[in-house]
Amino acid sequence: MRVLIIEDDNEAALFLQKALKESGHTADLAHDGDDGLAAARDGGHDVLIVDRMLPKQDGLSLVKTLRAEGVRTPVLFLSALGAVDDRVKGLKAGGDDYLTKPYAFTELLARIEALVRRIEPQETQTRYQVADLIIDRLAHRVTRAGEPVVLQPREYRLLEYMMRNAGQVVTRTMLLENVWDYHFDPQTNVIDVHVSRLRSKIDKGFERPLLHTVRGAGYMLRDGSV
Amino acid sequence: MALSEQSTAIAVPKLGAERQSVGARLLGTSAFRVTALVVAAFVTTAAIVVGVLFWQTNNLLTRHVLQGLSQDRLALEEVWRGGGAQTLVGAVAARSKTTGPGAPLLLLLDAAGTKLAGNLERWPVELIDKPQGGTFAFGTGEGSGHSAVGVPVMLPGGARLLVARDLDDQSQLIDRIRRLFLIGFGLLSLIGLAGGLIASRLMLARVTQITDTGRTIMAGDLSRRIPLSGADDEFDHLAANLNLMLDRIEQLMSAMREVSDNIAHDLKTPLSRLRSRAEAAMRDTTGSAAHADGLARVIEDADAIIQTFNALLLIARLEAGAVENSSETFDLNELMHDVAELYEPVAEEAGQRLSHGTGAPLTVRANSQLIGQAIANLIDNSIKYGVPSAGEDAEISVGLTSSEQDIRITVADRGPGIPLDDRERVAKRFVRLDQSRTRPGTGLGLSLVAAVAHLHGGRMLIEDNAPGLRVVIALPSSLRSSRDGLQ
Repeated sequence: MRVLIIEDDNEAALFLQKALKESGHTADLAHDGDDGLAAARDGGHDVLIVDRMLPKQDGLSLVKTLRAEGVRTPVLFLSALGAVDDRVKGLKAGGDDYLTKPYAFTELLARIEALVRRIEPQETQTRYQVADLIIDRLAHRVTRAGEPVVLQPREYRLLEYMMRNAGQVVTRTMLLENVWDYHFDPQTNVIDVHVSRLRSKIDKGFERPLLHTVRGAGYMLRDGSV
Repeated sequence: MALSEQSTAIAVPKLGAERQSVGARLLGTSAFRVTALVVAAFVTTAAIVVGVLFWQTNNLLTRHVLQGLSQDRLALEEVWRGGGAQTLVGAVAARSKTTGPGAPLLLLLDAAGTKLAGNLERWPVELIDKPQGGTFAFGTGEGSGHSAVGVPVMLPGGARLLVARDLDDQSQLIDRIRRLFLIGFGLLSLIGLAGGLIASRLMLARVTQITDTGRTIMAGDLSRRIPLSGADDEFDHLAANLNLMLDRIEQLMSAMREVSDNIAHDLKTPLSRLRSRAEAAMRDTTGSAAHADGLARVIEDADAIIQTFNALLLIARLEAGAVENSSETFDLNELMHDVAELYEPVAEEAGQRLSHGTGAPLTVRANSQLIGQAIANLIDNSIKYGVPSAGEDAEISVGLTSSEQDIRITVADRGPGIPLDDRERVAKRFVRLDQSRTRPGTGLGLSLVAAVAHLHGGRMLIEDNAPGLRVVIALPSSLRSSRDGLQ
């Protein structure tokens, strides 16, 4: 995955570049709005990480310009401004996701990976499978090794989201945002309890667990260990 | 002694100057200027109206007199033509006897200038060379100085007849009108200006009161308020509003002071803990596993600090009203159930039951994320701190009621509740009651709820659930979307 980081804080940008390289991706850097816009226009990037406050041209107008020119590369906004309305502004300007500084690198990585996957047309898929766990979206049915698994509506949506992102880390905030559509801090790790309930329904009594906890990051649904 | 004398000597002229400036200020007030202007405009208008009236009356009276004159003259000429000189003498003598207002003044002279009849003694000097007639002065016995208007009639044979009318009634009336007019206008101007002075004095007193209070406050005494007169007039309204504004400013100032104190304490404590953890990990000689473990703890601490910081920032922005209008229309009932459902398993794990009735849809226009956060904070609080003593029913109930007055979201538990004395305090930032100090939490949960309620024009109420705590987010019913009726 080729990432363009548009961030004026050089140290933060270098750290991000290094961490992305360690995760097997390549990252280009731009230090102000104008350079960033030029680099993003060139294309060839899978995802853009854009800081909201940039010299010469701020992140919002940069992304607006890009979108007006028809550049559809997914954008993740980074901002120290975290309030609810700032996030909405970022998304309205054409951003695809929004992350508040300071953030955990694992969170950022999980989000940009999810962004890149999102542009691949998976939404039309009617059936997901991980090992012997199958979710049939048309029949709204879940089976594990052929046996039906009874889920609450919210548990079903939780599983559906995790199946769609199978093999990738999904963080707690990603789950909260995508399954519950909440963009606020739930104080307690409520998500953990929901995931552990789901886990008991799909993994209990089976030798090979599919729902794994990724320490310090979130969860992953996959066949085999993390 | 010398010093005090000196200071008195300085103070006296200053006081005089002050008094003078009060007088000057009085005349310079907008109230006085407005009154003076109104009085001037009124007097001018009245003068024009009365002037026109005066002129018209005068004209009318003059015309009346002239008409009378020409009638008299025609009648007497008729007599002359009919009966000759002797009849005319009789007629003039008869008419001269009539008295009262409008009575004719007559004089008939023969060719030699000898009076034949009439009530005038002699031919007026003013009319000697005036065949067309005019005004003249005459004296009737003791009362002299009357003026009259007359027309001479030359009779064949050299006799002369003067037909005249006394103008005294008319001039008296006009004099009276003029006098009334002058006195009236004088009084009007005086009363108007005096009224203006009194009004501006009263206003100036009130305004000075407000200005003085403002000055004291600017000098640093934020507790001062503008006294109300109790008249419930516009000045009282202004003062009351300014006082409310001052209350709010004072509140914000003291809140800010408190927050900076609290930040010092509640952010520095976890920061120093984080620092000592990092130090301990660095000192640990058992190897990289211990280092990794130490770093993981450091990250956990940092996350907790970030969480506190985010909450603080959000509250500050909410209280400053800096959250831009990001309202949306949504079903509050659904949101409440969704949030309750999110916490249901957590409550169960804590041995509590979270109940939320079904309820009817209630479409509102508000910031759904903030309201969701507020409900989440309340449920989270109840799960953390609303644990009842053993044997009690551990129920947390979440409900929504809507009335004509307001919309109420209620979260109630069966825990220890909050003592009456502490209820006001808990909504403040970083306030954590002693029994909760040992549990995790930022001490910002209720502050955020209160700030969210405030932003939406509502308030947070802390009540007794007997036993337990009941927190109500009371939102104004105006948030209800027009598509929804009352329930």
